[in-house]
Amino acid sequence: MTDAETALLLARFQFAFTVSFHFIFPAFSIGLASYLMVLEALWLKTGREVYLTLYRYWLKIFAVAFAMGVVSGIVMSYQFGTNWSVFSDKAGPVIGPLMAYEVLTAFFLEAGFLGVMLFGMKKVGKGLHFAATCAVALGTFISAFWILSVNSWMQTPVGYVVNANGQFEAAGSWLTVIFNPSFPYRLIHTVTAAYLTTALAVGGVGAWHLLRDRGNSGAQTMFSMAMWMAALVAPVQILVGDQHGLNTLEHQPAKVMAMEGHFQSHPAGAPLILFGWPDQEQKQIRSSIEIPGLSSLILKHDLNAPLAGLDTVPRDQWPNVAIVFWAFRIMVGLGFLMLGLGLWSLFARVRGRLHDWTWLHRAAVAMGPAGFVAVIAGWVTTEAGRQPWTIQGLLRTAESVSPLAAPAVGGSLIAFVIVYFTVFTAGTLYILKLMGKPPLPHEPDPAPIPIRTAGITPVAGMKGEKR
Amino acid sequence: MTVIWAGIIAFAVVAYVVMDGFDLGIGMLFPRLRVGEERDSAMNSIAPVWDGNETWLVMGGGGLLAAFPLAYAIVLPALYAPLTAMLLGLVLRGVAFEFRWRESNHRAAWDLAFTTGSLVATFAQGITLGALLQGITVEGRAYAGGWWDWLTPFSLVTGLSLCVGYALLGACWLVMKAEGELQDRAFALARPLCVAMIVAISLVSAATPFLEGQYYQRWFAWPGLLVTVPMPLLVLGVGWMLWRSLGRRQERAPFLWVLSLFGLCFIGLAISIWPDAIPGRVTIWQAAAPEKSQIFMLVGASVLVPLILAYTAWSYWVFRGKVGSHGYH
Repeated sequence: MTDAETALLLARFQFAFTVSFHFIFPAFSIGLASYLMVLEALWLKTGREVYLTLYRYWLKIFAVAFAMGVVSGIVMSYQFGTNWSVFSDKAGPVIGPLMAYEVLTAFFLEAGFLGVMLFGMKKVGKGLHFAATCAVALGTFISAFWILSVNSWMQTPVGYVVNANGQFEAAGSWLTVIFNPSFPYRLIHTVTAAYLTTALAVGGVGAWHLLRDRGNSGAQTMFSMAMWMAALVAPVQILVGDQHGLNTLEHQPAKVMAMEGHFQSHPAGAPLILFGWPDQEQKQIRSSIEIPGLSSLILKHDLNAPLAGLDTVPRDQWPNVAIVFWAFRIMVGLGFLMLGLGLWSLFARVRGRLHDWTWLHRAAVAMGPAGFVAVIAGWVTTEAGRQPWTIQGLLRTAESVSPLAAPAVGGSLIAFVIVYFTVFTAGTLYILKLMGKPPLPHEPDPAPIPIRTAGITPVAGMKGEKR
Repeated sequence: MTVIWAGIIAFAVVAYVVMDGFDLGIGMLFPRLRVGEERDSAMNSIAPVWDGNETWLVMGGGGLLAAFPLAYAIVLPALYAPLTAMLLGLVLRGVAFEFRWRESNHRAAWDLAFTTGSLVATFAQGITLGALLQGITVEGRAYAGGWWDWLTPFSLVTGLSLCVGYALLGACWLVMKAEGELQDRAFALARPLCVAMIVAISLVSAATPFLEGQYYQRWFAWPGLLVTVPMPLLVLGVGWMLWRSLGRRQERAPFLWVLSLFGLCFIGLAISIWPDAIPGRVTIWQAAAPEKSQIFMLVGASVLVPLILAYTAWSYWVFRGKVGSHGYH
């Protein structure tokens, strides 16, 4: 490998590492923000104490997860320039404004409403406090909106022209750029994934406490709510994912070929390869287990429909098939396990054993982290599947990278690994510690200590203010 | 339009330096404060505002990408090592801030992380400034130098200078916000830092015109001389006022005088750099994004930035006055 190739590979590792770490936290906080909104709404509507208990319980965890997301997000906003400078120069005029909108809205929200949400219950009144919770939930969604719009544009670029400097710029309406072809699918699929991830985490925590104390009403309620989510949203997500896949087939066929492991074209119906070992050199899947015609049925809704394979794509435009193939299977496999858990919980509900079926609770605990794994696997599928491009069909990854020497990138990668593992391990352990405590009636508010996520909100300091 | 955006980004940088400067400074002064109440008070004094302060950095970076993508694409790789160090320093410090309160049994370790993060981030920012001033190698539309180019005696001096500057800001912030022993300590720390700051400004100012090319022209040719002559006098004058206000144990004046010193430095930098996005290499017009991108962003910025500013002002107003050991009251 030449020095440049090593540097490129290291830069890709570093981006994958930092973005994966980052993505875990927003995936959780997007879902939690909405969950908190639902809890508070239920509390306001029914007046039942248990909802307030749960609200306070999850609020503490939300605060930490949100903070981790913000801290790791700062790094991302600079990494485009430090490591992908050519990409930044060329794509900056298109994606820069979208990312700037993300920063502005996120900052506005962070400063404005999160502090009220965290500390303001007694100070601003119930109605206004609920409004703040809603604003935070909306804000996490808006953040996801802009970032996923940028990502989708890189997958399915439209509405651009190339100017004299070789930069992409918006050709006509910004709406064309923002609502590019893959964006609606990606947005719905990702946000639903965040909801499902949160539901499983909440369900896992609830189950954990039910295993210890069946009578804990907070644990019962959160487990029940989470299992409703799993039962209802998991099938929806599978349908949404299917639609997203069809969209990808239309715009990025090579990615779908890699996901399916189709090295060869299948003129008379393509099989669904369940498992196997992709061998990129030999252009085949070794020891595969296949179901004839099923892939054509899923992708074309016809058992015998012809389906093109990677042999129709120039060799230098293939993604790494093994990574995409396996990441996709991990995501889909976990998705079906989630569906299974949801159905099991429905069955338990019918039998009236939702709160005392030990094996169901054990399964839910085991599935607690599944959402995070699935989210990362899905992200790997879509990002590795876009390779060798950063902007599909227009700009290659190898041409996007900064002119940096390999030792520079290697050094920074090591530094990132050390700091991230120290810092985010501490954060995750702390979250687990919070989750390890059972939800109790009269759950206290978050301690009135300085907290990053409170931003510049003065509410915490208004304790002594006369009103 | 390009000038407007240059103004916005310059404003974000100034806002960042002024606001995050004092809380980074407090991080660096931390080892000199006594464990327990003194440290808690110092931390409390910046707790409500520091995250908002730091967001200007993200805005500066995000704005640069959107409005001046070429400058973003050249500067960031050129300063790869210091910028990476800065980001890691800020991560470390941000998280230390949070966990210091929650995990009291590891507090000493988090305090160390807080100081280290602050120091590394500040030093790296100073080096960044120095490296930009001394010029970076550009070929075509890309950085063309090595990955240690930023390391020179000059950039080390600017790195140290910024540490001194931020520490002084931090000390004067504490003078304004603290009472009792902590305030005494802040007064004691501020005086030597004040001298060091004047020395640092002199060193950097004296070295800059001799770096290369345009700076000498700007400062020692007409009409630059109009500014060059009074500048040292102004710096000395403000320095003297700062020294005197510290001696008289005035509480608010020192912070304002340090801000004035920083203001003079910014004016000096503006004279040296304007209208370049990368000193001596790329002008803001060469680096600018197409007008369409700038206009689209300006729509959002002109609504949200004033809102954010108003919000920031309001929160500083709410937290005016002394901090005490248990937060603001």
